[in-house]
Amino acid sequence: MPVIGRFALAGGMPFQTDEPATVRSMALRFLPPGGEEWRTGMNNIPVLAVNSARGFYEQLLAAAPDPATGRVDPAKMKAFLTGHPETVRALAIITKRSVSSGFADAAFNSLDAFRFVDAAGVSVPVRWATEPLQPFVAESAAQAASGDKNYLFDDLIAGIRQHPLQWRLVVTIGQPGDPTDDATLPWPDDRRKVDAGTVTIDQVSSEATGLCDAVNYDPMVLPAGIEPSDDPLLSARSAAYARSFTLRAGEKDEKPPSAVTPLGVHAGDKS
Amino acid sequence: MRAYQARFPATSRLLHWLMAVMVLVMLFIGVGMAASLSERYALLVAIHKPLGIAVLVLVVIRFVNRLINKPPPLPDTLPPVQRLAARASHILLYALMFIMPLVGWGMLSAARYPIVLFGPLQLPPILPHDEILYAWLRLLHTYLAYLLFATFLAHLGAALFHGLIRRDGVFESMAPWRQVRGHSADSVSRVGS
Repeated sequence: MPVIGRFALAGGMPFQTDEPATVRSMALRFLPPGGEEWRTGMNNIPVLAVNSARGFYEQLLAAAPDPATGRVDPAKMKAFLTGHPETVRALAIITKRSVSSGFADAAFNSLDAFRFVDAAGVSVPVRWATEPLQPFVAESAAQAASGDKNYLFDDLIAGIRQHPLQWRLVVTIGQPGDPTDDATLPWPDDRRKVDAGTVTIDQVSSEATGLCDAVNYDPMVLPAGIEPSDDPLLSARSAAYARSFTLRAGEKDEKPPSAVTPLGVHAGDKS
Repeated sequence: MRAYQARFPATSRLLHWLMAVMVLVMLFIGVGMAASLSERYALLVAIHKPLGIAVLVLVVIRFVNRLINKPPPLPDTLPPVQRLAARASHILLYALMFIMPLVGWGMLSAARYPIVLFGPLQLPPILPHDEILYAWLRLLHTYLAYLLFATFLAHLGAALFHGLIRRDGVFESMAPWRQVRGHSADSVSRVGS
């Protein structure tokens, strides 16, 4: 089955420097025969820091740099965290994660829950993840200190040019009582995991030619058999992505081709 | 007094009122979608797409119906300016009902969203994958929606003007119910005689 995807760093800053703590994302489009699609945007964090659109909005306001100092106001952030114990719990899990050396050896999680529905209409709650077949190497301080602002993307491109990169698509089956409406809460570790196949990435191109940013990785684009859960973030992500995708598309002709990848790198890059 | 008693054929009236409800629902769903982050968003989107395609199919059927079942002429008493306004607004309404779904379908195509109607049933893209084209069509979809809403309101205003102020029978010619005046009095007098 053809798969097209996008590697990215989270956040709304197109020219940000690659750093270990920055959340990485892998977005995928599965294109099965028959015209249906399955889109998913996943991150290298175990849980999300917020569980509602309101929480996300308030977090953005609290984390916005003070125009006078250029820094985040700690009092604002403290007030936000006081009002959002779910974020405090989630951040404790997120900051404990071990960060890998790159995109290739990172695992990416769906975070939100969905439902798999069988032909008889019986459904189970699921979360899914891509787990790298490339061995995990911990991020080292030397990488960020190398002076290459784009070391994560440069390493990824170099890696795919050497040989295809692979991830196992792992579906975790939830049990009754597992939270499906709160992406800040992890599921117990002992939940059944199903190996649903292997994702192989064998070609890479920059956004200048690859059309990877001409697609909205809307989590509600699902094939028959996969349905949204009661997680309120799914609708919120779908609505917000539609708006930001439209804004980005409208600015496309004003934006420099690629801030990340020199144009020569992807040319003739086929494996 | 010779009352104007022309009436649209039943199929024309059925199509008119069916589409009136659908178009109005589409306009409000569209506004609701664009303003919502809640769980309603996904539901509204899921209704908006197939309903829009249904409007497209019905407007084609309606156009063909109009060629077969000609609308009754307007009353002779109607001033030429109002006649012209009626003609222009009807052309605009037909054009918008046809173009709006096509722009919607086209913009989803240009962005390569799957155009899901129901379950696994979906439509093919009708435009190339081009995000700048998408951005233009998305903007056009909004502006045309405002224009359609304004035209709809003008149409509604004109209908009420005919029905309540001019009382010239034009409103009754499209009304889903039978004309009370004339008809019923007629039948009563016949029964009485």
